[in-house]
Amino acid sequence: MSRASSPRLTRSTSRRWFLTTGAALTGTALAGPALAGCGGTTADEPVELTFWTWAPEIEEVVDLWNQQNPDVQVVVSRQDAGDAAVTKLLTAVRAKNGAPDLVQVEYQAITSLVSADAIADISEGLAPQTRDHFAEGIWSSVNLQADSVYAIPQDTGPLQFYYRADVFEELGLSAPVTWDDYAEAARVINAADPDMYLGTFSNADPGLFPGLAQQAGASWWEIDGERWSVAIDEEPTQRVAQFWGELVEEGVIDNEPMYTPQWNAALNDGTQVGWVSAAWAPGVLAGNAGTTAGSWQMAPIPQWDTGESATGNWGGSTTAVTTQTPHREAAVRFAEWLNTSAEAVQALVNESGVFPADQIEAEQALAEPPEFFAHQGDFYELSTSNAETVRPFTFGPNVNVTYSLFNDAFARAAQSRSAQAFTEAITTLQEGTIADLENQGYVLS
Amino acid sequence: MSTATTSLTRRSNRFAYVFIAPAALCFALFLAVPILYAIFISFRRETVVGLGLGEGGRTEIWAGLGNYTAVLSDPEFLASAGRVLLYGCVLVPVMLGLALLFALLLDSRRARVRRFARIAIFLPYAVPAVISSVLWGFLYLPGTSPFHHTADALGGGLPDILSPSLVLLAIANIGIWGGTGFNMVVLYTSLKSVPSELYEAATLDGCDEVQIATRIKIPMILPSLIMTAVFSIIATLQVFAEPMLLRPLTSSISTTWSPLMRIYRDAFIQNDIYIASAGSVLVALATFVISFGFLRLVRGQAFAQEER
Repeated sequence: MSRASSPRLTRSTSRRWFLTTGAALTGTALAGPALAGCGGTTADEPVELTFWTWAPEIEEVVDLWNQQNPDVQVVVSRQDAGDAAVTKLLTAVRAKNGAPDLVQVEYQAITSLVSADAIADISEGLAPQTRDHFAEGIWSSVNLQADSVYAIPQDTGPLQFYYRADVFEELGLSAPVTWDDYAEAARVINAADPDMYLGTFSNADPGLFPGLAQQAGASWWEIDGERWSVAIDEEPTQRVAQFWGELVEEGVIDNEPMYTPQWNAALNDGTQVGWVSAAWAPGVLAGNAGTTAGSWQMAPIPQWDTGESATGNWGGSTTAVTTQTPHREAAVRFAEWLNTSAEAVQALVNESGVFPADQIEAEQALAEPPEFFAHQGDFYELSTSNAETVRPFTFGPNVNVTYSLFNDAFARAAQSRSAQAFTEAITTLQEGTIADLENQGYVLS
Repeated sequence: MSTATTSLTRRSNRFAYVFIAPAALCFALFLAVPILYAIFISFRRETVVGLGLGEGGRTEIWAGLGNYTAVLSDPEFLASAGRVLLYGCVLVPVMLGLALLFALLLDSRRARVRRFARIAIFLPYAVPAVISSVLWGFLYLPGTSPFHHTADALGGGLPDILSPSLVLLAIANIGIWGGTGFNMVVLYTSLKSVPSELYEAATLDGCDEVQIATRIKIPMILPSLIMTAVFSIIATLQVFAEPMLLRPLTSSISTTWSPLMRIYRDAFIQNDIYIASAGSVLVALATFVISFGFLRLVRGQAFAQEER
């Protein structure tokens, strides 16, 4: 999605923590009267909805709604992105006090929140045409089982490939079409300058790797009737791990984490010349690699087989309605408006800089390329066609456990620089994920 | 007469309760109740029904000692405890050694620019651990570190201190940098309270500065040294901010590097407050045992003066 839900960007500063805490306090203060007033809501009294979100400038978008809907006023309560918001919501739900009416939720957190009965099934109140706004792969993330719908997609992060066109040209390379081409390009680049890398394998970003596995055809969790199953340690994911492990072992791909000052420096000084990232990457590159403006180009992600076109997803978020809200109907209406109406989608693109999940309204909203890619006129056209090829992927109820296993297992693998350690890490992920589910009382199929 | 005294005592007792009530209330509300609640939920857990989705998908049940055995039998938890003990073995002697050395140097008669030196050494303590960790992080990363740049320019190379074998020293260094000043001030203040007649007597007996330091000053401030040691041991067991903030910069620090990091991960990343509570209770117990164990070990020295 936008820079906003790129998981790392928003996590870094402690100043944000203070801001968030401040916002949270105001949020609770605002939620108080809202809840108190709800018991005897009469027709004249406007409904007040609290909305936990971290998208930049979202207030501007919400203002549009507030102007047109005097009877349903939405109050934005700014949150820290990702895990922090999830923890806070779970706490509020557990305490049955202080939960908002609406909340921004990342795709991988949906199942955990449904499992904690924090976000509601909104399929009943949904307009029939809402579903048609979204690609199949994305809708599958909010439509967990049968007809239940737990959120409305806001933005997505289809994976695509970013590279330094000037460096590629100098070395006589073209954008890699297959992963074999990618590996070859990595070798050429590292041979030209041993300090230069086409990319890095980062253990610190568990969001990217499942996206790569998703492209290869994996879905790490599945619902099988009334049971969950875990399918991490299987061919597609093993193939992805083996591929990156070999490149790291060979030394032609770096093994340092992304989103560090060192990585920023490497992007700026031209020792990192490529990045497999998502549609929200322009914002990150503009912020972290400002000195290289104008020399980047975006291409579809390399494929496993020529002629294929598939990709995965990294980041992105949805708007969900909490189980605690006394105004479910109004909240659903707002969530639909925010993510599927022409004006709101346009405003989300302009104000918040997101890559919208909506496909119908997006076309008009995405006419202009992002500033950092002003020289690539078809940037959004290409991103939109990439988004259509996102393969389905189901997130299970313990994604957080799997993600922290990923952090630690791949830290060891990246340190050891051995392909075997990479595939072993996948086994660790599978076993750890299953052990946790069983420990929680799930019966797996 | 006697009745008057009793009623007075009784009344002043009543007042005493009024005076301690706010403190007692705060203690109960913000310390005792949360601690008891944490202990309570450390014996609970959630279990799942079916797919575990939606209302009634999860129920809270008694876990007995399950959470405790899960934490204690996790090799990662024991490894994190081992790392922290090793960290303490580096941090506490080096930090207190430096603090003592600086305090003695400042207290020696020949010391110059005392005020400046005292403030300069104390200053890092005023920098919050969050900020100092970020600062040191920049200094450690080969890509951004001026040390590495200089070494490279001179043709040499520095080892990567964020590599798995050295990262413990990188974390300990931040603690030493931040903690030395505070401990030095404590020791220096206690040196100032040593009666100067002792030094005069020692000088008359032919002691030089080093002998005064080792034979008089250090034994005299031993209680302060022990107190700073206890505080440092407690701080060591609770090391959190430094490794937490360095973690995104390197793959050498796992999410469970220290016991508190593991508790944080359990509670705030994996949203399992039950097992996090069990971990917290265990860390609290370990802190009690180790600090009181240390005090017991050195009790003779620590309270020798008071008993005399």
